[in-house]
Amino acid sequence: MKILKLAYRNIIHNPLNLILSIILFGLGIGLINFLFLFNAQLKSKFDSNLAEIDLVIGAKGSPLQMILSSMYHIDNPTGNISIGEAKAFLNPKHPLIKASVPLSLGDSYKSYRIVGSTDSLFSFYHAEVGEGTIYNKDFEVTIGKAVADDTGLKIGDQFTSSHGFNDDKDLAHDHAAFKVVGILKGAGNVIDQLIITNPSTVWNVHDHDVGSQTASEDDEGHDHEGHDHEGHDHEGHDHGHESSMPFARTNLDLLKYPDKDITSILIKFKNRTNFQALSMPRAINENTDMQAASPAIEINRLYSMIGVGREMIRGLAILIAFISVISIFIVLFKSMRERKYELALIRVMGGSRKNLFLLIILEGMILTGIGFLVGFLLSHFGLELLSNSLKSSYKYSFSGWYFMKSEFLLFGISLVIGIIASLIPAIKASKTDIHNTLTEKG
Amino acid sequence: MQYQYDDGHSFSFPDLVCGKKEKLLVLGSSGVGKSTLLHLLGGLLNAQKGSIVLGTKDLAQMKHAELDKFRGDHIGIVFQKNHFIASLSVLENLLMAQFFGGKNEDQAKCMNLLERLNIQGKANKSIRTLSEGEKQRVAIARALVNNPSLILADEPTSALDDKNCDEVIHLLEEQANIAEAALVIVTHDTRLKDKVSNQITLV
Repeated sequence: MKILKLAYRNIIHNPLNLILSIILFGLGIGLINFLFLFNAQLKSKFDSNLAEIDLVIGAKGSPLQMILSSMYHIDNPTGNISIGEAKAFLNPKHPLIKASVPLSLGDSYKSYRIVGSTDSLFSFYHAEVGEGTIYNKDFEVTIGKAVADDTGLKIGDQFTSSHGFNDDKDLAHDHAAFKVVGILKGAGNVIDQLIITNPSTVWNVHDHDVGSQTASEDDEGHDHEGHDHEGHDHEGHDHGHESSMPFARTNLDLLKYPDKDITSILIKFKNRTNFQALSMPRAINENTDMQAASPAIEINRLYSMIGVGREMIRGLAILIAFISVISIFIVLFKSMRERKYELALIRVMGGSRKNLFLLIILEGMILTGIGFLVGFLLSHFGLELLSNSLKSSYKYSFSGWYFMKSEFLLFGISLVIGIIASLIPAIKASKTDIHNTLTEKG
Repeated sequence: MQYQYDDGHSFSFPDLVCGKKEKLLVLGSSGVGKSTLLHLLGGLLNAQKGSIVLGTKDLAQMKHAELDKFRGDHIGIVFQKNHFIASLSVLENLLMAQFFGGKNEDQAKCMNLLERLNIQGKANKSIRTLSEGEKQRVAIARALVNNPSLILADEPTSALDDKNCDEVIHLLEEQANIAEAALVIVTHDTRLKDKVSNQITLV
């Protein structure tokens, strides 16, 4: 205990010597821990959205893009499919399918996606209304918790959407105003990030895109089901809808409009190991204009692709840690030589070789221990600070206050590294020749 | 007693005896093996021939760890240029000597010792802030802190002026008396010739 105290005092006595190696070690450990935390959080978020979806059906294209756009809402859709084409999968009586969720994607508001769907979406993601209600009319939306928290939208607020994910004024559908009627409770999955409305609303927006070229002032004053949406209407244009667009509450309602398009369908099987269920993707891919993809397979493919980048950063982190081990070794060796009289003195005072060995080892462990602490704080604060920019690129919020058991392991590894780095200086210290050291001119 | 260095250089020393409360001055010019003798006496070197008996124990017969412990416990050494543990205060240096000497920490005793040497005011100061004379006193305090039966002093006065020289030699004698220890001073400083009667000169 006394030796530990002495080791500690020696370390803090001349901190300038050590600060570089501590920072270097802290940086390596911090980077490694940051990756751990980031990966674990990303994976748990991905997995929480992956858990219940067995199959995604959409337009032909990149299956990964379809998965990313339909399940994680971090990419653009591959295209549309017609309801008529996909009607079998929307039929609640389908013998293999437990639940299916039609999605109509397209617009976004402040990079949160507006999704047209049926009530099946809410039950699929276990979402409950926290405030207000579920949308009841076209252009009414119910928004996820994260959307509400981030954009500050409240019930009764109106907003206009922009095309795709870009928050770009040039692409804004400035004529279509959405009205917030409800805010969901946080569900802990991707629905928190969505602005949900009826499929017909999405159709309306895009029909207007076509119609707006010929829209004129005489539309002014028309209102839509009693709501006065400024600059917004959908009557009297060449898109041929004389009355309100179809409002589909359930999947069955949706089946009444086989000519209309949706983007994709999320499917949960009754029994995912059923032979017919297993062969369904292949049947769809071979016999229809649609494609089906299994999220589990595609996400594993994604992991293996981005894994390369992660490996590189991890390699870099290990390299930094390795260099820092060498720097700790040099620092300890140098300080041990500078203090050779002290070490000889400890022997004169009755300290044994073992005492000196232990002293230097403890100094090494304190160095890497402090380094670990620096890295620990760096990684957590770093993740917290970066969480906003990460959120915009990954659509997920990351928290710096997320702790893992593996961090204990990392601490243990740090201490072991401290022992390894100080081993040679410690052996050398324990072999200090008292007589020669003391008789040297000094 | 004889010690031979690796390079073949060897020293032979005459028999020495020094009893409790007695003082012995070993004089000699540079290169006659004064430091070697002191280090042999302090158990920092092992003699190839002869023996060093302190009380009933022969230092020459002891193993490393045993010798380390015995040294910390029974022998106090004051060097010409004294080194301390730079990261610790004056008082902590004394406490550390107690720890490595295998004694219990006794802060009161350390303070008492510093008081006797009239440097109690420096107890919590860093070693760096002390003058040479003050450092020498702390070194004496450290040599005495474990109640040694033998105090060895290697050129304790060479770096000091006449006034400090007198003071240090007086302190060493006084404290050795109080501790009832034998005092062996090895030096080439001829100023000490008149101060200690029991003398031997190495040639």
